[in-house]
Amino acid sequence: MNSLTRTENQALTRAVLELDVNNHAGVMSHVVGLFSRRAYNVEAILVMPVGSGQTSRIWLLVNEDERLEQMVKQVEKLEDVLAVRRHGAEHEVFVRLEEFFL
Amino acid sequence: MSREAPESLSGAQIVVRLLERQGVRTLAGIPGGAILPIYDALSASKRIHHVLARHEQGGGFMAQGMARATGLPAVCMASSGPGATNLLTAIADAKLDSIPLVAITGQVPRALIGTDAFQEVDTYGLSIPITKHNFLVGSADELLQIIPRAFRIAASGRPGPVLVDIPKDVQNQVIEVAEWPAPGSADALPPPAADLIHAAAAMINEAARPILYLGGGVVHSGAAAAAVALAEKASLPTVMTLMALGAMPVDHPLSLGMLGMHGARCTNLALDECDLLIAVGARFDDRATGKVAGFCPQAKIVHIDIDPSELDKIKTAHVGIAGDVGAVLQLLLPAVDGALHVDWLARVACLKAEHPLRTPGIDDPRTPYGLIRAVADCLDDEATITTDVGQHQMWVAQAYPLRRPRQWLTSGGLGTMGFGMPAAIGAALAEPQRTVVCFSGDGSILMNIQELVTAAEEGVNVKIVLMNNASLGLVFQQQTLFYGERIYASKFKGMPDFVRVAEGFGVAAIDLDAAGDPRAALAAALATPGPMLIHAGIEMREQVLPMVPPGAANKDMIGG
Repeated sequence: MNSLTRTENQALTRAVLELDVNNHAGVMSHVVGLFSRRAYNVEAILVMPVGSGQTSRIWLLVNEDERLEQMVKQVEKLEDVLAVRRHGAEHEVFVRLEEFFL
Repeated sequence: MSREAPESLSGAQIVVRLLERQGVRTLAGIPGGAILPIYDALSASKRIHHVLARHEQGGGFMAQGMARATGLPAVCMASSGPGATNLLTAIADAKLDSIPLVAITGQVPRALIGTDAFQEVDTYGLSIPITKHNFLVGSADELLQIIPRAFRIAASGRPGPVLVDIPKDVQNQVIEVAEWPAPGSADALPPPAADLIHAAAAMINEAARPILYLGGGVVHSGAAAAAVALAEKASLPTVMTLMALGAMPVDHPLSLGMLGMHGARCTNLALDECDLLIAVGARFDDRATGKVAGFCPQAKIVHIDIDPSELDKIKTAHVGIAGDVGAVLQLLLPAVDGALHVDWLARVACLKAEHPLRTPGIDDPRTPYGLIRAVADCLDDEATITTDVGQHQMWVAQAYPLRRPRQWLTSGGLGTMGFGMPAAIGAALAEPQRTVVCFSGDGSILMNIQELVTAAEEGVNVKIVLMNNASLGLVFQQQTLFYGERIYASKFKGMPDFVRVAEGFGVAAIDLDAAGDPRAALAAALATPGPMLIHAGIEMREQVLPMVPPGAANKDMIGG
């Protein structure tokens, strides 16, 4: 977590990113490396294989700041990232997981 | 895929065969335990000439020299552990300058990965942030897809380095190969959006004070002629980044030369006045823009780049076009009105007359500018020029009459001292018909001095012009200008005898300081085939001017 206070953190607008990726060791490192080198905190991550397991879906919960546009473009450039979709914080994927973090 | 009689081949033999099929004829590297199967297979190749570097970074920069001179992906090899870590700087350098490179590294056998085995390092993890893409190969079979794909990725879109890490047991694994994949080549790109071309053309047609801003992408795309044609049709004064030098001949009437930290006053002042900036294959690097808020403050921006993530990254473009800059320029050319811009060209001419690049000593070969001019006077545009990094690099960028794309090979983004000489060796290997001149400094040359023996061994036509000021000149200059003249750790106390050092490595050398007629000595040295070191002492207090102080706006230049 970054150094923001809880109140500041809650005040930030969040965004949910949905990535379709090739499913192999290393894909996650490629994705999160783009965030960590920019000191751009990823608040939550969820990954599961899709269908036959050839591909996976990565869900990321991130703070919405002025760099997000550039972040999405950088993620789209990764060879193993097939598609990136951007959702608002109201997306329920992480909301439904909250009971596991009580 | 092409069908041939099935063969039993090891992973190592498959790698070599795929490189041969890819058209690789020269590669550079250093063997070691974890890549010995590939070297064993390489020893049987009649097509590939392996150049034995003396440090993996040198091998990486030789491959870069080949790639920068030709535009085609080039290959370097290293073993696991320190071999791979030594290669990293050359890979990172290729990433920042968008150079197509395929680096092949040996890795410990799969069963030992993750055990801290001898010479094991996480090459895959280390190379993620400095490659365009990377692979850890899991089986010999995978090589048939991965190697062509590595070349395709390196060459496609915005070029860049790709690393393929191959465990030793994968190199030794024998499989049946019946079909061979097609060699990897650059993907075709979708055509640029027509409405954006029209919007850009309209902005160019409406502009009163436009400037064309060319970056390295123009060279990579082979679009230099199209860029010059656009400039001529629409009468666009043209600036170039360090990476784009040579795209427009520096003595072209529309050329304003290099912009930015060490650009001429007239160049940065013209940018300050322009009302439209047409950025082509340029990424608004901080050394080019200075303080971004003060860069072209009155200008609208048209930005053309093959990499969509460059659009709006530093400066928001009024029209941003993602596409191959050559293709975009071809479409833009007929859509742009012929224009004269008489008033604007007169204003630019006035700025050029009042604030030209000052090159004191240009007629005296014992000064930095004079030495560079004297070298140029001995050569024609067929010569290739490489540099190391520092004052000498900026002086050459300012003063050498570069007129040909790919004539100029320099480490721009990463600014790696030690780049110049091995890159020159690579360029000379790729294009043996050319004379390759490497301008270097006494700081930079020592960072890959061991490659002198490679130059001697290969007999490459590389001339190293060593500008020796007995200091780390650009550090010395910054300490002088911005750190109260507290000169620290930038003056060398011990100084090698570079002529004897070169001769010790088997490279002929001359000392211009001792020559009665330095021009004649220089001409004779440059005309002698094979590697040669030309040593020239220069004054420690010489500065690269003008200079935009770090963090300042480009119009606030010191000196010049």
